[in-house]
Amino acid sequence: MPGNNRIILGVIGSDVHAVGNKILEMSFQEAGFKVINLGVMVSQEEFIHAAIESSAGAILVSSLYGHGEMDCRGLREKCREAGLGDILLYVGGNLVVGKRTFSEVDQQFKKMGFDRVYPPGTLPEEAIAELKRDLDL
Amino acid sequence: MKALLIDFGSTFTKATLADLEPPGLIGTFRAPTTADTDLMDGFHRAIEGFSPEQLDGIAVKRASSSAAGGLKIAAVGLVPQLTVKAAREAALGAGARVVAACAYTLTEDEIRKIKDLKPDLLLLAGGTDGGDKRTILENAARIAESELSAPVVVAGNKAAAPQAEAILKDKVSRVVVTGNVMPDINVLAVEPARRAIRELYLQEITKAKGWEHVQKQVGLAMPTPLAVMKAGELCGKVRGEEIMIVDVGGATTDIHSFADGAPKRSGCILKGLPEPFIKRTVEGDLGMRVSLRSLLEVISAKGLPAEIPFAASDGEMAAFIDRVSSDRGSLARNEREKHFDRAFAVACIREALRRHAGTVTEAYTPEGKLWVQSGKDLTEVEMLIATGGALVFADDPGSLLKAGLRPDDPLSLTPRRPRLALDHQYTLYAVGLLADLYPEAAEMLLKETLLSLGEV
Repeated sequence: MPGNNRIILGVIGSDVHAVGNKILEMSFQEAGFKVINLGVMVSQEEFIHAAIESSAGAILVSSLYGHGEMDCRGLREKCREAGLGDILLYVGGNLVVGKRTFSEVDQQFKKMGFDRVYPPGTLPEEAIAELKRDLDL
Repeated sequence: MKALLIDFGSTFTKATLADLEPPGLIGTFRAPTTADTDLMDGFHRAIEGFSPEQLDGIAVKRASSSAAGGLKIAAVGLVPQLTVKAAREAALGAGARVVAACAYTLTEDEIRKIKDLKPDLLLLAGGTDGGDKRTILENAARIAESELSAPVVVAGNKAAAPQAEAILKDKVSRVVVTGNVMPDINVLAVEPARRAIRELYLQEITKAKGWEHVQKQVGLAMPTPLAVMKAGELCGKVRGEEIMIVDVGGATTDIHSFADGAPKRSGCILKGLPEPFIKRTVEGDLGMRVSLRSLLEVISAKGLPAEIPFAASDGEMAAFIDRVSSDRGSLARNEREKHFDRAFAVACIREALRRHAGTVTEAYTPEGKLWVQSGKDLTEVEMLIATGGALVFADDPGSLLKAGLRPDDPLSLTPRRPRLALDHQYTLYAVGLLADLYPEAAEMLLKETLLSLGEV
């Protein structure tokens, strides 16, 4: 949906890391996005419900505690099921534990239907620039 | 200067006469409600109890009504957990009974069902401001095509509301656009919709019910639950306390809470749509007469509470249930039957409180154990007021309430140690009817009717 600047933000699963979430909210807001921040411990369903009501252009998922792969599995399928088929899905953070290179993680999440995957330490500006491009803003 | 305050209940029409200056209660009388013929018949019979001198000098007449099914609203939204829930809260907060709550695009089947339920009003929500427009517009079009004639309050996405109004105009008796019940995700704004419903109730709905003359003669002002809610609001303000009202009736059990409901324990995260400070729930399947069979279905799973101190055969109870559920005015005739009624009342209170209150669940995170709360934490509510025929006329309302409050689930956030009070004059509705106009007289009536029943 070109020109749609509404985005859903949240930390998925049982993850309670709240600081990065606030930083992202402020950064995306300053960059001109209408940020709907669901905070921490957000379930897949909550992301989807919020995206439906607000007709959002993208869902931005954070995961810091290593269970990202488990928590994110099936999100794309549920989006399709809920009629959100083409919504952009971004994910970032400490997505997995164990010895995997980021390119492996990147591929893994792309296979799960995410459009963009970010490693730890990514600056908000990088994601903002890519999101603006992806949303035709 | 006197005020005559009337409530057309589903079973009884109640009349309360009060002095305004200086404030004082003169008396209350009641007579069976006459919704099938003319509501005013029951009113005239009820005021027969007063002497002509007493009825002299009445300056204010105001009435509430829950006769003929009360104010029936069908709520329509988008996502069940979001705008549908918000629309329900708005309707309940306006004193309505929500006869249907529909999500996503309305199907033909749902439209047919709504038509059969004959709602007095439709509340159309959907989409946050600037969010989804498609569903609310599609639903507006389907309602327009459906020959549903009830007035519609549009309380959805503000970017789509004018278009929804244009679609519905001339197709339904009246369209009113008001603020979105959920302007943003997880932001509840039910006040504008409540006001719009209230205005339509006065302007359209009483007319549609054929009660214009009632409105003219006795000032029909609001649905009964709204009057009770206003009384609770006043009580909370006057006392500076968090309070609740439990209203057990023949057809429904209503619970009102006047409390912020924020988490009371440390390490607790609140999830879901925020709850309104004044929250009302109506349980249509929990009642002492009309809804007795559905009540039994609800509690049979848990076993009848241990309120019956003797071995009752299934036959004995079935006979009682047959008799009272078909004749809504009938009373228990002996001690054994009174025990049945007692058990039903306790079950209504317990289940309705459980559904009204929030819950906590444990969640294990890498940071340790956390509590996740959804709904309102009412554990520290300071006062619980009981009203409704089943409690007002009970032999021992205090012990009924105590039994109903006994926590059977530690994760359910029901009141733990409230002080108990009974609306023993049955005039809580009159307090609400006076609250806006004559707050001092309302306060007096409130003091007059609240009878302390001790603590839990």
